[in-house]
Amino acid sequence: MSMIFGVPMAVLYGQLLIGVINGAFYALLSLGLAVIFGLLKIINFAHGAMYMLGAMGTVILFDTLGVNYWVALFLAPVLVGTVGVLIEYFLLRRIAGQDHIYSLLLTFGVALIMQGILTNIYGVSGLRYSMPDVFKGGVNLGFMFLPFYRAWVIVAALIVCFGTWFMIEKTKLGAYLRAGTEDSQLMQGFGINVPLLVSLTYGFGVMLAAFAGVLAAPIYSVTPVMGSHILIVVFAVVVIGGLGSIGGAIITGILMGVVEGLTKTFYPPASSAVIFLVMVVVLMVRPSGLFGKEA
Amino acid sequence: MRRWVENDNVDMVAGLVASSVTIATTKVLEENNKLGLVNGSAASSITNEHCTPNHIHYAYDTYPLANGTAGAIVKEGGKTWYILTADYAFGHSMEKDVTAVVEKNGGEVIGSIRHPFPTPDFSSFILQAQASGADVIALANAGADTTNAITTAAEFGVTQAGQTIAGLVVFLTDVHALGTEVAQGLQLTTGWYWDMNDEARAWSDRFMEETGARPTMVHAGIYSSTIQYLNAIEKTGSDDSQIVRKQMMDTPINDMFATNGRIREDGRMVHDMYLAEVKTPEESSGEWDLYKIVRTIPADEAFRPLADSSCKLVSSK
Repeated sequence: MSMIFGVPMAVLYGQLLIGVINGAFYALLSLGLAVIFGLLKIINFAHGAMYMLGAMGTVILFDTLGVNYWVALFLAPVLVGTVGVLIEYFLLRRIAGQDHIYSLLLTFGVALIMQGILTNIYGVSGLRYSMPDVFKGGVNLGFMFLPFYRAWVIVAALIVCFGTWFMIEKTKLGAYLRAGTEDSQLMQGFGINVPLLVSLTYGFGVMLAAFAGVLAAPIYSVTPVMGSHILIVVFAVVVIGGLGSIGGAIITGILMGVVEGLTKTFYPPASSAVIFLVMVVVLMVRPSGLFGKEA
Repeated sequence: MRRWVENDNVDMVAGLVASSVTIATTKVLEENNKLGLVNGSAASSITNEHCTPNHIHYAYDTYPLANGTAGAIVKEGGKTWYILTADYAFGHSMEKDVTAVVEKNGGEVIGSIRHPFPTPDFSSFILQAQASGADVIALANAGADTTNAITTAAEFGVTQAGQTIAGLVVFLTDVHALGTEVAQGLQLTTGWYWDMNDEARAWSDRFMEETGARPTMVHAGIYSSTIQYLNAIEKTGSDDSQIVRKQMMDTPINDMFATNGRIREDGRMVHDMYLAEVKTPEESSGEWDLYKIVRTIPADEAFRPLADSSCKLVSSK
């Protein structure tokens, strides 16, 4: 078998594919952050908690009401999105126009409260969620065994990412959104309900996080603290991609999944640090990020 | 912690989770001559090189976990091992203990990975372990890392392909989170199981009523050690840590938690340990009906013998 730096090619292909799968999660999460920051200039530290709510919600909906995976895939993001709209309406709106640090602290506080409440009720050792039957098993690709569910994660994440990018960059609704955040008074004058637009945008951003949470429920352990770890990584991804760049967030997310996957193969102990290393280098060379506009 | 013992006049601290924290805490207890009852932490070094006259390690430690689980699996024919190690003090000491046990029993460790702690996604490491072709993939990690690794291994068809997963630190709550479908057949060593005898069951029913969950060996250990501590105070009429500790050492422990228990001079409470196997979904009759006890490991075999101890309190040193 051919080798690269002592690693068999087959193992390497496997790791690349795993990297893309993890990258799909990073892409979904950083996309939501980028939408919220790009359009509302809010640094959403509650994003990890929303991802967690999506996953916890999926499990709780199943345990209490018997809601199946496919319904949860739709219902959980809608419920979490509603929570997001309420947070925007009752809390974030009060500090609109203030320095970024206020939204950062506020959302961080909200995240800690949610995490604390759920930890109190469910503990931290994790809830159980069974894989939907249709995804059980997998296919042998020759170089690795690919579980059906992981393949589905890539497909679902790519569809949602592309759809979001298309909506914001190419449709009329997206144009309103972008214009409303550029000059909200002018848009109000044209008869557009900008506050509503802002609420819905925040709600949509956290829906993306909740969607990622539902995708994560069958394969990662579902705990009230699952969002706090991934949040930091995702912030690094957004910074690397360029704050507020929608397309950049998607591409960087997948790219960083692959970088992390390769590090896990060649030097595992560094795998949790490598993304931050990339972030440092990017910030030194291109402070506005790989895909960010020069300030 | 320092405030508790120095300002608030706290005499005894129970629980103590996370080995690294515990080791630091026991130094403070020693300076102030108070007493700690360690139940949550795993590292066997707590009563070995880090022993003090001011703490007792009660429920379990890494030594019997490695010995019980790894020893049993090697004897059943799992000769080649690949270890996934959590990259911090506890993981390293677990890896060392396991390697020693495997080699002593005629097995071989053919590879290992040190993964960051915590690791949310294990697919990459599982894939590498799978590619190694080892008979056994051992998990020298704990908590969410262990459950994540086991779930991922099931997803990637590791056990179906004939490899065995050995979880080294597995709690009842971990197995509960995994479910019997994923965890079935997993072998583990535990200091206690809620359903193992009438006394344990009766106590667990009370615990269940209060909390809505079944207790792990840590919960039971904390309860048992605290009762022993209070009994000792009642007997001696003193709350001086050394008088109480002496009294606790002189009293054999047989209660809802321990069978054949006694506290040694190094502060290790030795008692019978159990090799358990997770039931299949068919065997399990309820949410918490998770283990069958395969073998009892007698107190004297289970823990590190005093002859091998590097503790300063052991008289032969």
